[in-house]
Amino acid sequence: MTDQTAFVDIRHAQKSYGALEVLKDISLTVEQGQIVAIIGPSGSGKSTLLRAINDLDALTGGEIWLDGVQVNKSLPHRQYEKHINEMRQQIGMVFQHFNLFPHLTVRENVTMAPTLLKGLSKDAAEQLAREQLDHVGMLDRIDYYPSQLSGGQKQRVAIARALAMKPKLMLFDEATSALDPELVDEVNQVMKKLAEDQMTMIIVTHEMDFAAAVCDRVLFMDQGVVVEEGPPEVVFRNPTQQRTKEFLRKHLAGAK
Amino acid sequence: MDTELMLKVYPFFLEAAWVTIQLSVLTAVLGLICGALGTAARLSRLAVMRFVGAAYVSVFRGTPALIQLFILYFGGPQIGIQLDAFEAGVIGLGINAGAYMTETMRGAIISIDKGQREAARTLGLSRWQAMYKVILPQAARLMVRPLGVNLNMLIKSTALVAAIAVVELTYTAQRYIGSTYKPFEMFLLAGILYMIIITVVGKGVSWLDRKVQIT
Amino acid sequence: MGLDFSIVPKYMDIILLGCAWTLGITVAAALLSFVGGIVFAVIALYAPWIIRQPFRLVEWVFMGTPLLLQLFLIYFGLVQIGIDLPAFVAGIIGLGLHFAVYNSELIQTAILAVDKGQMEAARTLGLSRGQALRKVVIPQAVRDVIPPIGNNMIALLKDSALVSVIGVSELTLSAQRIIGKTYRPFEFYVLAAAFYYVINLGMEWVQRRIERRISLSR
Repeated sequence: MTDQTAFVDIRHAQKSYGALEVLKDISLTVEQGQIVAIIGPSGSGKSTLLRAINDLDALTGGEIWLDGVQVNKSLPHRQYEKHINEMRQQIGMVFQHFNLFPHLTVRENVTMAPTLLKGLSKDAAEQLAREQLDHVGMLDRIDYYPSQLSGGQKQRVAIARALAMKPKLMLFDEATSALDPELVDEVNQVMKKLAEDQMTMIIVTHEMDFAAAVCDRVLFMDQGVVVEEGPPEVVFRNPTQQRTKEFLRKHLAGAK
Repeated sequence: MDTELMLKVYPFFLEAAWVTIQLSVLTAVLGLICGALGTAARLSRLAVMRFVGAAYVSVFRGTPALIQLFILYFGGPQIGIQLDAFEAGVIGLGINAGAYMTETMRGAIISIDKGQREAARTLGLSRWQAMYKVILPQAARLMVRPLGVNLNMLIKSTALVAAIAVVELTYTAQRYIGSTYKPFEMFLLAGILYMIIITVVGKGVSWLDRKVQIT
Repeated sequence: MGLDFSIVPKYMDIILLGCAWTLGITVAAALLSFVGGIVFAVIALYAPWIIRQPFRLVEWVFMGTPLLLQLFLIYFGLVQIGIDLPAFVAGIIGLGLHFAVYNSELIQTAILAVDKGQMEAARTLGLSRGQALRKVVIPQAVRDVIPPIGNNMIALLKDSALVSVIGVSELTLSAQRIIGKTYRPFEFYVLAAAFYYVINLGMEWVQRRIERRISLSR
């Protein structure tokens, strides 16, 4: 493929488990520096779509492109493993349940991948860890183990860990859903800061207010298709589709 | 109780206990190696390796260790394997223990939350890197205690080599029961030595288990 | 001297008879270990201190020493105190008591895990402690331990091979006797192993069915 692609270009993504179609021909482009929120009821396929972008859940059809390179290239197993590991280094991901490595300190969580995969020296890694942890306000906990941190702190460390790989794109899979309400804001603040830094982000979220405040574009997904997409002020204030209206009515009412 | 007799024969039991210890150590080392290989096979990407691993576990856990020992020691020469009794004991019991340890190790590895593997892969780590940097360090901590149970069973299973005339504790006890007709005294001598070995190993395992836990 | 399985059929009747003995010994020892396990558990938990403590010591010794050594003690020990039992009876007693100790451990844990309220409820109805144990607590505990006891029984099958050493003509000793005549150890030990394996698979199948039934009854 030589034609010009968008920074993130998802073409006709399709995924099925046997007879069950989870994603039905989804196409989506994201420009560099853009922030896209994906909302929708559980089981709508939004997490699956996000996890397909770095091939945690492989698509059964369609293509994913990042910065002119196809992520889910068809290659023999060994070559594909090498390729996908390189691609994943460029795609940061933050999970609902943090998935920090409990046997490593905060410092080691952040430095492990850069030292292992980019051959960073001990000093360079230390500096990198301090930089990234400072960015998320966790520098003072650098010697702690994950079990000694609150949920919000864990998630901030997880974000620092992903950022330490200097990714081109960040994926957030319901990053605040597992947090106690009072801890949500500290994580949102960090994500806002990333937005100010022009990080390209795709965010699966339940938080409509946050999506409205930060995102350039909102996608509403249901039953494996994109029902509606547009700027947040349009999708949230004047949705055109019945399903979107119903979803928003429930969720905005539930949130208040 | 004939303490005089016990005092007379205990040096032979001490010597025999040393053989039991050697057997246990070598069998444990071989068992761990077989367990690691079995685990690798059972978790392999290749279906044929998974089958080999599963068959190994099923066959060696599904038949008596004593028969396995007999096949190796008495049947071995027929297929060109000549081993002395001690070697056959270590190899036979080691392969047998490996099947049980495979289940222990695999159990610990698959109990690690799959989010750990996903997080590692997301950072760009390869399958193998994710395994040895993220999964194994956590699984190893979970393995200590159940492997300790395997080890306890293994030490007791070394008694089986008495049946192929390796002069370890049980064989020595059997021989002295036969010559002295004092089964209780001989049981006591051998039993105390087994209890010492097992208790020391058990304490060592508990110590290691405490030591490796994540703070 | 190579392998030759063609002589196997000639000795099949001896092997099958050995299988029957192995099954019989396993079932008898399993029953003994089950009943013994309950009795031992009750003693270890509820007997007066003077009985309980020495009893726990004996349990501890039986868990820390090899079965083979215990079989020698029981077989020759009974002879020494003037009880001359057939080897197979000594074998059943040895296997049964050995596994009773392991079952007792499981049952003790299960009894302690049965909700304290159950005992209190039974006592409130006017049952004595013994009645409450028999009618309320133990039945529940036994149901909880059936799956792990099943594992012990499968282990018992394999350990039943050890009674060949004290001269019980079960499967292993039958194979050994044939080998004494034919000098074909590989063939006949592998054959014996195959029979153990099949019985083992059968027991695992039964265990799975029982487990399923128990999980349905909850």
